[in-house]
Amino acid sequence: MAKKPTKPTSSKSDSELNHSFLRSMLLQRRFEERSAEAYALGKIGGFCHLYIGQEAISTGALSVLRPDDYVVTAYRDHGLALARGMTSRSVMAELFGRRDGCAGGKGGSMHLFDAKLNFLGGHGIVGGHIPLATGVAFAIKYRGGDQVCLCFFGEAAVNIGAFHEALNMAALWKVPAVFIIENNRYGMGTAVARAMANEDVSARAAAYNIPGESVDGQDVFAVRDAVSRAVERARGEKTPTLLEMRTYRFMGHSMSDAVSGTYRTKAELEEEMRRDPIIVLHNRMTEAGEIDDAAYAKLDEEVKAEVQDAWDFADASPEPELEELYSNVLVG
Amino acid sequence: MSVITYRDALNQALREEMQHDDRVFLMGEEVAEYNGAYKVSRGLLDQFGPMRVVDTPIAELGFAGIGVGAAMVGLRPVIEFMTWNFALLALDQVVNAAAKMLYMSNGQFPMPMVFRGPNGAALQLSAQHSQAWESWLAHIPGLKVVTPATPYDAKGLLKSAIRDPNPVVFLEGEMLYNTKGEVPDGEEILIPLGKAERKREGEHCSIIAHGKTVLVAIQVADALAKEGIKIDVIDLRTVRPMDVDAIAESVKKTNRAVVVEEGWELCGVGAQVVDYIQRECFDFLDAPVLRVHQADVPMPYAKNLERAAKPDAQKVTSAVRKVLYLE
Amino acid sequence: MATKVVMEALSPTMEEGRLVKWTKNEGDAVKSGEVLAEVETDKAVMELVARGDGVLRKRLINEGDTAPVGQLIAIVAAADENIDALAGGGGAAPTAEAPAAEAPKAEAPKAEAPKAEAPKAEAPKAEAAKPEAVQADAAKAGPPKQEAPAEPAADRPRDARTSVPADPAHSQGEASTPPQELDRRGPDRFATASTGAALGAGGGEPGGRVRSSPLARRLASDRGVELGSVQGSGPGGRIVKRDIEQAASRPRAAQTGERAPAAAAPAAPAPRRISTEGDYQDIPLTQIRKTIARRLAESIGPVPTFYLTMELDVERVAEMREAMIVLGAEYKVSFNDIVLKAVATALVQHPEVNAHWLGDKMRYFNRVHVGMAVAVEDGLITPVIFDADRKGLADISREARELAKRARDRKLKPEEYTGATFSVSNLGMFGIEHFTAIINPPEAAILAVGGVEDRVVAVDGEAVIRKRMKVTMSCDHRVIDGATGAKFLQTLRRLIENPLMLVY
Repeated sequence: MAKKPTKPTSSKSDSELNHSFLRSMLLQRRFEERSAEAYALGKIGGFCHLYIGQEAISTGALSVLRPDDYVVTAYRDHGLALARGMTSRSVMAELFGRRDGCAGGKGGSMHLFDAKLNFLGGHGIVGGHIPLATGVAFAIKYRGGDQVCLCFFGEAAVNIGAFHEALNMAALWKVPAVFIIENNRYGMGTAVARAMANEDVSARAAAYNIPGESVDGQDVFAVRDAVSRAVERARGEKTPTLLEMRTYRFMGHSMSDAVSGTYRTKAELEEEMRRDPIIVLHNRMTEAGEIDDAAYAKLDEEVKAEVQDAWDFADASPEPELEELYSNVLVG
Repeated sequence: MSVITYRDALNQALREEMQHDDRVFLMGEEVAEYNGAYKVSRGLLDQFGPMRVVDTPIAELGFAGIGVGAAMVGLRPVIEFMTWNFALLALDQVVNAAAKMLYMSNGQFPMPMVFRGPNGAALQLSAQHSQAWESWLAHIPGLKVVTPATPYDAKGLLKSAIRDPNPVVFLEGEMLYNTKGEVPDGEEILIPLGKAERKREGEHCSIIAHGKTVLVAIQVADALAKEGIKIDVIDLRTVRPMDVDAIAESVKKTNRAVVVEEGWELCGVGAQVVDYIQRECFDFLDAPVLRVHQADVPMPYAKNLERAAKPDAQKVTSAVRKVLYLE
Repeated sequence: MATKVVMEALSPTMEEGRLVKWTKNEGDAVKSGEVLAEVETDKAVMELVARGDGVLRKRLINEGDTAPVGQLIAIVAAADENIDALAGGGGAAPTAEAPAAEAPKAEAPKAEAPKAEAPKAEAPKAEAAKPEAVQADAAKAGPPKQEAPAEPAADRPRDARTSVPADPAHSQGEASTPPQELDRRGPDRFATASTGAALGAGGGEPGGRVRSSPLARRLASDRGVELGSVQGSGPGGRIVKRDIEQAASRPRAAQTGERAPAAAAPAAPAPRRISTEGDYQDIPLTQIRKTIARRLAESIGPVPTFYLTMELDVERVAEMREAMIVLGAEYKVSFNDIVLKAVATALVQHPEVNAHWLGDKMRYFNRVHVGMAVAVEDGLITPVIFDADRKGLADISREARELAKRARDRKLKPEEYTGATFSVSNLGMFGIEHFTAIINPPEAAILAVGGVEDRVVAVDGEAVIRKRMKVTMSCDHRVIDGATGAKFLQTLRRLIENPLMLVY
């Protein structure tokens, strides 16, 4: 499995960190490419929202966390789960709806959970999980801890009441939460300009009297730097931050959504794909002489092998026992 | 043994459980400095401080979700809604988050929390403030739904609810806060959730009720006892999980039942009770089971209309007579 | 198309029927609904009607023969149709299946199929949560596209069968039912009297179904009571627990000579069975009622009367009278006053006795007006105590005294001696032990009350002297059956032997 970059050392791009970031992003990318294939083959059902194009955010943001910090996100959660350290096997088996999935096949794509990694889920109702993050941060403060809670959501979620209520109380009570907007410019098929009176989403921070910042979400280091500052502020001053990560999703909203053609043009998509976060990092590493084509190809093969292993594992994993239908509805 | 109000019984339960477990905190509108809109939390801020008795802005969805988040990482929140009518705004958190977290995570994230507040109609509060929500909430797997009728039950059930590892919806009768009843002093009262209680013993007809309507059922039972009609009053206490055994035992004995609730008829709690009865007691029924419930209208304001809309002793008595073939 | 005529279950409990008389000869043209034969069931002689049009081609059993339900007994077909195959075969050829199986197709599968497709195909273009939820459901529902149609198709005909109001033993019978009959199912299936009568009008309601509570059915089965023999006291004649208990206690009491259910007073207060809406309700005549009326009247005269006698223990009535006399003269009541009060109270529980025969229907009264036969110089007159059930003993006593006096003085107004729903005649004061009274039409019954006498009776195996009184009820059999009258007398006995019940 992937080696996890969890040490928030300096934000200098030392070679080791670069390699681990590249590997993490490649893993998320290859994992999801195969997920799309599995979906087409009917091995994955229901909804499947791919993260492809946004991997710099998961990778950069989670790289600054400690193991005892918390992460909560929305339903586009595969990349974040892998970046947090959940295994490809447990995530793929969950997507396949199998017994060895991280939720025993009961959650599926939108509801990845791992209590050991303090990964508090994939949540399916837009904006509904934002108050949860405030609650987790409230609990940290309640117990006098110094952890933080990172909360991820799409830009469209800032229009829903839960966002406002959660941020207001987080700011009012000064709890250690960092709210990260992954602005991929479309709430399903609705462009930001068609949904928001003020398109500057990080400006909403002003409403809660907390710092807000917009970041290049395709640059893993820009993400890491911004999140580092926010996490520090949360741990130390117990002040929440609102960060906007400007990114782009290369796939449709879900598997049933055309990649382009309806609400965005092919030209726009192609333009954005030139700023593929993997390419951005790869280029930088190539320029710095940190990686050559052979090494990149080798890394890619490794990652593909890991994903193939996850696929085989998921495919071999049995379906849940029928008795599981009734387990874990209630404790006891 | 003291005679105390339902309100004070709830207050005692909160106080005792907050003393018993420092993971328990109370959050909601006006719970701290104002001492609670209905004074249920009177004195708790002084005793436990602002971190454990937390005033919120008017943001039901937000603070309900905050409770869910806190419960995910091990606290035991008690979320107070000033009334359940406002909690409608928070139902996404109750239904989509609290009720499903354990299942979606396959057991990784229990939700040891309580959502509580007054439920049902009071007096002349009109349509938006006079609603009984138990059938909505009882519909949801993953929740427990508790409806105490007396001060004793209020205390014992709330303490159990707070200790329960599951999300518990605790529906207090707005009209019950001032009712009084005996509650033993200095004794740990923990009433198991999911168990009904027989409030009156009788053999001629069962009345199955919960929450406020239990008092109506008792009133009817006591009046009819004078005519020699003996009613078995079953207080469900917990609507979900429902004590099917207690219902079946009673109806098998009496062969007749009247099911009473504050809410509306269609898909009401009573509909479920009747379903259980027809399944469990089919060969024991001597009469169709009748239901008494609110008229199928939004609650009107005018006194006489409101009275006509609510289930009351007269309507319950009439239903009892019908199933006894006396009317 | 040929139609098989089978022995139909013409009562709910009928297993076989005796063909009393063919009403059509071979070669006669018959129309659907026309009577083909008279069949004696376990309860009555019923008419067997044709289920199809054509010619009665073949009669397969003779008058006097008995055939089990479902057996082929005749064939109706077109004049030139070849019926050899039919006449040879059994009764249950599935002629009805083809059209029934055709009907249901689709429905269930139709609803599912398109949805099941959705998640993979192009998605609805809408906001995240909502349309997705629909899809998720559809995905979960899965695509049992192939199997689905088979099941409902197989199920439907069975539904159609069970919806025909007949008992399961009758199932072979519908094979001969033409398809259009099968289509006439649904809530109105009890509405057509002809269908109901033909398919078994032996029970409590026009459809031939015996209405009973589930508990009553279980108790009846436990205690060996035949539901068809019990008169229901619930709404619409529903047989309920108390009816079974009464029915079950009847033979036992008779056998052992136990003092009737004095101790076994009802757990619940005496039920008022009379409706409170309107002054009466008219009961349309069922087939069995019509047959009983016709045949019995032929047998015995215009009012086919039978008589039920019962001896009542009136020790307690005597004690009560004495106790009341001790209280003062104004509390003094006669035996007859108590009988009147008891009769009125019992009638409330037995509206089927508190009735008139009106030729084409029976009228069950919701009010109780008791006629009281009074001997006058040159005859007899029956003044009426109106709403006697609602009057106290003292009122009844006073009214009875006044009416009797005015009767003898010939001062009664017509409205005072008409309108009784039931009458009582008492000749006890003349030393008559028991007698039978003549029904005053259209009333359906009259109670003849004999004198109170000391008799030696066995109580707990010992001979003791008790005050006893005999009553005989004359019943118009067109309205009242034996069991019905007997049940009324049981109630009357319970009241008279426990007179304190009358105080309520």
